[in-house]
Amino acid sequence: MRAEQISVFLENKAGRLAEVTAILGEAGVNIRALAVADTSDFGVLRLIVDDNAKAVASLKNHGFTVSKTDVVAVEVEDRPGGLHRILGILHKAEINVEYMYAFVQHSGKNAVMIFRIDNIADAVKILEEHKVTVIDGNKVYTM
Amino acid sequence: MILDIGFETMPREDLEAIILRRLKTTIDRVYSNIPFYRKNFEENNLSPNDIQSLEDLKRIPFTTKKDLRDNYPFGMFAVPMETVVRIHASSGTTGKPTVVGYTARDVNTWSELMARSLAAGGATREDIIHNAYGYGLFTGGLGIHYGAEKLGASVIPVSGGNTKRQIVIMKDFGPTILTATPSYALHLAEVAEEMGVSFKDLKFKYGIFGAEPWSEKMREEIERKMNLIAVDIYGLSEVIGPGVAIECHEAKRGLHIFEDHFIPEIIDPVSGEVLPYGETGELVFTTITKEAFPVIRYRTRDITSLNPEPCICGRTHIRMNRVSGRTDDMLIIRGVNVFPSQIESVLMEMDAAEPHYQLVVDREDNLDTMTVLLEVGESLFSDEVKHLQNREKKIATNIKDYLGVSARVKLVEPKTIARSEGKAVRVIDNRKI
Repeated sequence: MRAEQISVFLENKAGRLAEVTAILGEAGVNIRALAVADTSDFGVLRLIVDDNAKAVASLKNHGFTVSKTDVVAVEVEDRPGGLHRILGILHKAEINVEYMYAFVQHSGKNAVMIFRIDNIADAVKILEEHKVTVIDGNKVYTM
Repeated sequence: MILDIGFETMPREDLEAIILRRLKTTIDRVYSNIPFYRKNFEENNLSPNDIQSLEDLKRIPFTTKKDLRDNYPFGMFAVPMETVVRIHASSGTTGKPTVVGYTARDVNTWSELMARSLAAGGATREDIIHNAYGYGLFTGGLGIHYGAEKLGASVIPVSGGNTKRQIVIMKDFGPTILTATPSYALHLAEVAEEMGVSFKDLKFKYGIFGAEPWSEKMREEIERKMNLIAVDIYGLSEVIGPGVAIECHEAKRGLHIFEDHFIPEIIDPVSGEVLPYGETGELVFTTITKEAFPVIRYRTRDITSLNPEPCICGRTHIRMNRVSGRTDDMLIIRGVNVFPSQIESVLMEMDAAEPHYQLVVDREDNLDTMTVLLEVGESLFSDEVKHLQNREKKIATNIKDYLGVSARVKLVEPKTIARSEGKAVRVIDNRKI
């Protein structure tokens, strides 16, 4: 029930993000979702793509530092309070969300959010108990 | 003022006789008391009796910082610990510092030489000395301090840092002599200006600056901004600390080496051959009066030349010119000696993989800054920004804790640090001195 995210280390310099998108474009990798966290000096680019192996190999070939992390893709009701409900469930279960970001594509009527959580197994279990849909990785990559 | 007319203006012939006698005594002592030197002599089929003239000194092998490290911490001491009254330490090339010791007589010798130095730089017993060299393991602060007391001047042990408070003290206490690193002196000048304090209204007459390389251009700037006469002082803890050599304020052209205590040589750093006066090479010292920590032909790694011409001040001791560089990769950051290998040790301790790093040194507002650029490899990388920031902080803290200098740590992408023929360029020094 987990999806794999790739993270790329980027210096805060003009054109670095474009360099990554160019490499992925040339490799035929489609970006499904992305988020950047940054400081004044550097940033971490997080990506959900349709072909992790190809993305990682092509970025490493170009000298980027890349890592893979397990995340959870969760369906969020597209209405006021939709995200709050999910965060409430996780909070009550004392599950800490390191960060999250939105997916471009909808899943049916619902929005999709990517959650970076330390204890994925517990999180998936508690969400499913509350009838929240967790989307399987393979489905996420090609949604 | 010449404090010790007898020794400082002694005719060369008499001086050389004393130097030879003291050298022989020192050689006897190190041979008997320090296994390192005895082994060195034996391996070269030398005995103390072979040293019969100053020329013979050349036959003795050099001593290097590595030798000091191999005998860490007290293996190079020539006396039992019960007669050692002081221990100082400076940066080693790895994690371990270079340790030096002093007997009561050594502390007295050092104080006398520092008193001579302060006098040569313009100080008298009527003066108030504002001593902004750091106190502690570093020999700068305490060396100046003891010399000032020996001279009979009043010393303000203000040490480094707290710059605004220093300006207030300067205004209120009216010190007449400033002792500091030249870059810190310029920083003081700048902060004073920001605080609306003019050095024209302060009482400084002379400044004695050292512990880092500086230039004639910096001298002019300091003299102009601080309204004082600036002289250069030289020393290193392995030899005794500050007070090995001093410029006289009369000539301000080269530093008189106290030859009744230290024998200087200039060598070709590659061949080890002794070079004639005037030629530039590496400065080598032999101490001839020290008890606890004598050194024989110690390679300072400082590059300079010797000038035997008589000086207008009347001192007969030979002069060394300004130190123009190093034969190793040592950096001096705000008066603190830093070797890139020390930074590497800190980085290695935190990350098993071989670190790719570069030190970028700048001078901002007259203060040295050091930035450690570190390439982020897979072992260091995390998808969480806070982990990366914690890494940066931890490295900076460890550098401060181990080396005593502040550094900014900046993570950079792999392969962004310039490599020259495959070898990373470890240091970029942008300071214009």
